[in-house]
Amino acid sequence: MHYEIIVVGGGHAGCEAALAAAKKNHKTLLISGRIENIATMPCNPSIGGSAKGIVVREIDALGGMMGKCADRGLLQIKMLNYAKGPAVRALRAQADKVTYPKEMLKILQNQDNLEILETMVEDLIIEDNTVKGIVTKNGEKIYADAVILTTGTYMKADILVGSTRRREGPHGEEPSNFLSDNLAKYGFKIIRLKTGTPARIEKSSIDFSKTKVENGDSEYRVFSFDDEPTYKIDEQIPCHLIYTTPETHKIILDNLNKSSMYGGLDDIKGVGPRYCPSIEDKIVRFKDKERHQLFLEPESLYYDDIYLQGFSTSMPIDVQEKMVHSLPGLENAKINKYAYAIEYDAIYPTQLKQSLETKVIENLFTAGQINGTSGYEEAACQGLIAGINAALKIEHKEPLILKRSEAYIGVLIDDLVTKGVRDPYRLLTSRAEYRLLLRHDNADLRLRKYGYDVGLISEEQYARLNKKIDDIDVLTEQLKNKKLTTLDNEFLKQYNSTLIKDGISLYDILKRPEITLDALIENGYISGEYSKDVLEQVELNTKYEGYIAKEMKEAQKLINLESKKIPEDIDYSKIKNLASEAKQKLSEVRPTSIGQAIRISGVNPADISILSVYLKKEYNYESK
Amino acid sequence: MNDTIAAISTALGVGAISIVRVSGNEAVDIVNKITKSKKLKEYESHTIHYDHIVEGDNIIDEVLISIMLAPKTFTREDIIEINCHGGIATTNKVLELLLTNGCRLAEPGEFTKRAFLNGRIDLIEAEGIMDLINSKTEVYRKLAMNQVSGNISKNIKNLRQKILEVLANINVNIDYPEYEDIEQYTIEQMSDTIRYIEKEVRNIIKKSENTQLIKEGITVALIGQPNVGKSSLLNCLLEKEKAIVTDIAGTTRDCVEGTIIIDGIMVNLVDTAGIRKTEDKVENIGVNKSIELIDKANLVLFLVNNNQLLSNEEKELLEKIKDKNYIVVVNKCDLEEKIDLTEIEENAIIRISALNNEGIEQLKAKIKQIFNLDKIETDDLSYLSNARILSLLNQSLEIADEIKISIENNTPIDMLEIDLRNLWETLGNITGDTYEDELIDQLFSQFCLGK
Repeated sequence: MHYEIIVVGGGHAGCEAALAAAKKNHKTLLISGRIENIATMPCNPSIGGSAKGIVVREIDALGGMMGKCADRGLLQIKMLNYAKGPAVRALRAQADKVTYPKEMLKILQNQDNLEILETMVEDLIIEDNTVKGIVTKNGEKIYADAVILTTGTYMKADILVGSTRRREGPHGEEPSNFLSDNLAKYGFKIIRLKTGTPARIEKSSIDFSKTKVENGDSEYRVFSFDDEPTYKIDEQIPCHLIYTTPETHKIILDNLNKSSMYGGLDDIKGVGPRYCPSIEDKIVRFKDKERHQLFLEPESLYYDDIYLQGFSTSMPIDVQEKMVHSLPGLENAKINKYAYAIEYDAIYPTQLKQSLETKVIENLFTAGQINGTSGYEEAACQGLIAGINAALKIEHKEPLILKRSEAYIGVLIDDLVTKGVRDPYRLLTSRAEYRLLLRHDNADLRLRKYGYDVGLISEEQYARLNKKIDDIDVLTEQLKNKKLTTLDNEFLKQYNSTLIKDGISLYDILKRPEITLDALIENGYISGEYSKDVLEQVELNTKYEGYIAKEMKEAQKLINLESKKIPEDIDYSKIKNLASEAKQKLSEVRPTSIGQAIRISGVNPADISILSVYLKKEYNYESK
Repeated sequence: MNDTIAAISTALGVGAISIVRVSGNEAVDIVNKITKSKKLKEYESHTIHYDHIVEGDNIIDEVLISIMLAPKTFTREDIIEINCHGGIATTNKVLELLLTNGCRLAEPGEFTKRAFLNGRIDLIEAEGIMDLINSKTEVYRKLAMNQVSGNISKNIKNLRQKILEVLANINVNIDYPEYEDIEQYTIEQMSDTIRYIEKEVRNIIKKSENTQLIKEGITVALIGQPNVGKSSLLNCLLEKEKAIVTDIAGTTRDCVEGTIIIDGIMVNLVDTAGIRKTEDKVENIGVNKSIELIDKANLVLFLVNNNQLLSNEEKELLEKIKDKNYIVVVNKCDLEEKIDLTEIEENAIIRISALNNEGIEQLKAKIKQIFNLDKIETDDLSYLSNARILSLLNQSLEIADEIKISIENNTPIDMLEIDLRNLWETLGNITGDTYEDELIDQLFSQFCLGK
């Protein structure tokens, strides 16, 4: 059997990778340990969130499917950070855990060039440092031109509850026992990471009167640039907020040594995520905090599990019972699934190129949790990029590499391959330098052209984008050309705005904080019809022009540095004068440009100077 | 690497002409901004012009400006050279103005490096440049950091930590908006923070000992009991009769100041009224002033008489100055040695005879040693780092100003955060603290978050 591209793993990374490869007309095989678990959401029932919501928009702009699947099963949706400003707005939805995977599976099954196979992969076929296919647990060989590993937490997965450890993946599935050993054999550095998930509670056993209701937005919202909302505003399902009690804290502290992480197990090697500590971690580390906030989140319309957000733990089940029953409204709660921690193998991501192809084995790509990240959105976007780049590789084309100033996806991948990870990596807005450029609302303007160029965005979608761009230009021109005169001072008075003595353009008037584009439209200053998206773009670009220009200037500096390429065959050990730490770090990361080299910790400006001089001398590279 | 760099390219000394060199795309623009004529863009390449360097309306120095446009220059970039006449302080000020207006302080060997990268000098020299970068950078970095004196560096670090906590708070509000029990950072708090930062930065500028060292020199207080020879020593150092010298105890009541130059650094000598417990009212003011001066001085010269045993008062004074930079100057070494110096650290003792002008050079050498003046003499970098620090502090103030304006314009907090982060990074450049993952670490250590 021979395919052009094999994707190993049917999670969020695998689905996007397989779809991208198949849409690009490559004969693709998606291998999953259990087909019924394809695209499931084994942890929280939400998609999006701060930064992550923007990633979902970016995936959609590039032609990925995550946003569309989420839109088809929204339990509730919110725009986060609305008041904090345009740079940090992001969507978060409670996505139905039954609908989402069903929709994704439907798309996969209807996709041309894509086959799905249920089996376990335990080895790769490698010839001349190039991947040629995979070997299943039964020893069957399947050949391919490129392979994408999206194994999630399934490599040597161990489920930890109290003092028990069982070799098992999420959903009780069989893990891959040998794949990571084989990867190590081929030269990969393997790390062990840990994450966890809280208990699921039977909805009917919760007394919601003791909780605070958290509703979705009262305005329609969707992730995808191509979708219309399919839900009803007032039919959104609420979440509920509660707090831990002193009793909860006492139970946890009294039983601390029973938690897997605090002595229940003495062989824990995995490093857990800082941003998502277990409840016992929170209580130990933040002793002075009297209570911790927890959310009760609905998982689906089709079954009654409530996800207890904020309460992840690796306590034994008898202690978990006591802990849950100490919470307000959960005194008589029935636990449907107990919380657990999971340890798994991942590859250290500095072994990857920016394209997500591994440096160790040619034509082998990896994406998602195997690369040390955490989160559905982080996985999906890597899957999409790996799928696109695996296809481009076998087409002998240049890979698609998004810059830090172009997309959160670019930030994520650059962080991974340049800095490596200490704990599972989550995207945060704080990780992006140019977040005013990387907004929720302009993801299509930033990225859709790339999606079109690689063949994932249709002509129709592309035409819609171009219409939007044209409209933005036309409206901006109108604002710049039309002038208010002293005759319009009545209008300004209405809005408590400073009166004018000379003519002043609408554009400059709009810069005033008290004047909105809506106000200009209502008072008849704007001619023509424009979509809400167009108005939003023009308003933001006008009001924040100064800040945007400042960020663009900074971004340009970085782009200039990134255009100074470092040849792939450079031998750092030959560069006299380079500090030994820099030599070691540069050899490990093998940055593709001076811009990337600067971001490696342990490489200082003097090393960069020496490297530039060396490049000029050995390769006659131009510095400009 | 296409930014515009500046540095003082001649050895520094008081009174000597020094040249500030600027290279890069924006060289003409930036220098033009700080000239009185504002005519630099009109001049032809490879010409020299008389002009003044100004800061606002204030004239800083009278200068000659050479304009050399690319490509026929050393770096193959536009080069401007400013010949300054006003000595160290003004040359530094000129450099500081350039840095504040958009130049970056050149790294060691950077002009040469650019010359090479732009194909101006040949390959054989490349090795030499790499050696130069390598050998000088460490020294440079250490020196630059040393120049940020303990106190300033501590103040800046504290300030940065405060900003970091605010940044973490804003970012946690953004990244974890659902956490209702985490305080929402408000615009009002931001206003308070900015005011606080401004005040602190101004304080730092004021307190900057480096500024003082370069601009005002080192303050050296001469103390000692009446008639021990303070004024005579002062005269020896000043090489002229300035202080009133008498044999009658207590005649030097005013603090007579004089300035000497040791290796290009101004050393301000302050003679104090003889410190002696006294009931005399006029003299008492002088004594109080002496103790005040000890506190303010960068160095205390404690003059004692070789010919007498240490009095109890002198022992008390020794106790008072023990935490300062001090030299015990044993005068009247032409007379019989009666003094007992066993309690005093040998390293802090210099023996002189002011009467015979003996030991004065040794005293100057000691002062030099204490303030590391040798280093400053041989390495202009410490001056440069001073201009660099000041320009960064001034830039910080400018950013703070911008934030204040933005707050007035109801700019949302996410934009203000961008400026605040910029401020934090600018201050970080002073102490050499780089970005890394500080913010993310702070976020997770300051707040309790999780699923």
